[in-house]
Amino acid sequence: MTRVIFPVLVVVAAIMAFWYAACIPMNIKFALQTAERQGAVISPEGVQARRDMSAFVLAARNPGQWAQTWEQAKPRLPAPHQIVQELWKTTVDVKPTSKRSLVFHGWVTLSATLAGFAIGSVGGILLAVGIVHSRAMDMSVMPWAIASQTIPILAIAPMIIVVLASFGVQGLMPKAIISAYLSFFPVVVGMVKGLRSPSAMDMDLVRTWSATRAQTFWKLRLPASVPYLFASLKIGVAASLVGTIVGELPAGGGQGLGFRLLAGSYYGQTVQIWAALLATAVLAAGLVALIGVLERGTLKRMGLSR
Amino acid sequence: MALVIAALLFWILAWYLNVKLSNGPARGTRAVALAVPVVFGVTILVVWELLVRGLNVPMVVLPPPSQIAVKFAASIPILWTDFVQTFVKGVLSGYVIGCAAAFGVAILVDRSDFLKRGILPVGAFVAALPIVGIAPIFVMWFNVGWQSKAAVVVVMVFFPMLVNITAGLQETSAMQRDQMKTWAATYWQGFWKLRLPAAMPFVFNGLKISSTMALIGAIVAEFFGSPIAGMGFRISTSVGQLALDMVWAEIVVAALSGSLFYGALALLERGVTYWHPSQRR
Repeated sequence: MTRVIFPVLVVVAAIMAFWYAACIPMNIKFALQTAERQGAVISPEGVQARRDMSAFVLAARNPGQWAQTWEQAKPRLPAPHQIVQELWKTTVDVKPTSKRSLVFHGWVTLSATLAGFAIGSVGGILLAVGIVHSRAMDMSVMPWAIASQTIPILAIAPMIIVVLASFGVQGLMPKAIISAYLSFFPVVVGMVKGLRSPSAMDMDLVRTWSATRAQTFWKLRLPASVPYLFASLKIGVAASLVGTIVGELPAGGGQGLGFRLLAGSYYGQTVQIWAALLATAVLAAGLVALIGVLERGTLKRMGLSR
Repeated sequence: MALVIAALLFWILAWYLNVKLSNGPARGTRAVALAVPVVFGVTILVVWELLVRGLNVPMVVLPPPSQIAVKFAASIPILWTDFVQTFVKGVLSGYVIGCAAAFGVAILVDRSDFLKRGILPVGAFVAALPIVGIAPIFVMWFNVGWQSKAAVVVVMVFFPMLVNITAGLQETSAMQRDQMKTWAATYWQGFWKLRLPAAMPFVFNGLKISSTMALIGAIVAEFFGSPIAGMGFRISTSVGQLALDMVWAEIVVAALSGSLFYGALALLERGVTYWHPSQRR
């Protein structure tokens, strides 16, 4: 266990140290300006003299002001503890139903993501079943499904939001459609691969038992596809979340983590942006981990775990 | 109404043709393998056109493909500036920097077992996160020009590349490495002659995955602020003006550049990893 945990901890600690160190040159100019206004002696004096100087030189000449770079209200790069404080303030201190609560925005994003992910993955599985059983469908749809993965589908997100809004569809559904669209193709491609994964020998075996197509599907193809399904579900759920967040950017109705990102960038609330970003990271990691747990449980029950 | 019926009829006929083609005597040939998806694609375009015209769908909801094509042809200079701004300046520069950085770190990771056990789990974790979220921060740091888009692309590309290159560098078998050792090969000789070529299928897998992510990153970053050019900028402003034909023309540009980028990488892959089983024909 220590063989795994210790190096990871060291790397994380190194990242944190680098982060705090990076805050100094990133925020030093504003820190010096504030300190000078409050009467501290800064070298060199005056904003004009410092304007064209490198942040590293300024930081080296004013070591006394370093602490200030970790405590600003609107820093260019907030220190980790500021982000954690903001997260604490917006999740624990405010009521979860309040518009200032990240739990509220997180729930808006999560529900749209889950709805979209459910639609996208069920649709993807159904299409994959069709593709495996119909040659015509395979040959017509499959090249497009693969090609569509090379296309930046997210570009159409703002358009979908606006078009659906013109039909009076607002709130959860437009975002869910974008996120469904994003999780759809990875699931199709992975599931087709999985349904085709039984070897020729397995297929011959069920044929010698004169199994029908339905029996072959339920007893051989479907169980064989489960590992592939979970692998593509993990990709799909991460894509769904990205889709929802981007869908919240243009006209999110003032709700959701994507909206928090946008609002933060409009008003220069950097700490709020970073807190929203960290919340999306936690959400993504949680969703992928949840599918991982389901995967392990299912494969174990099927006797497929390694 | 006649147009709607025509659309239905066309759909049925085309589907019948595809079923015949894909189950007919020529089904194994390359011509059929190419013709069937083309027929399917054309069907979608024709049905789209007929339905939009037949049902009088307003332009602000869904423009017909013919109108998109006209708009595309009429605004090639604008589309070209947007392409240069987003793809050539933002995506390509960020892609090259990100891949090169990932390569450098991958070699460091490869040389140290401690770093391998420390960085890889962190890298795999970050690769699964919605990294596009850093776009507003980078737009704030590097201003609205293409530099901020390139920076977003660098971060988006870096982690999948790192994970893939490191996995690839471990692809050689112990026996092959022992062989190198018996020839008294230095680390770098073994690296260039054995391990890097063996890693190439993984490297290209990473390059192909990142090519799509790079384009997405650049376009989404432009939603947060951009000079008055760029694919993401044009899409978000045209949506605001309800000029959906322009949006679709821009989406065609994005799709074309995305698939050409991917196609170029796939060609390169075939040249470099001709020895790999997946490339056998």
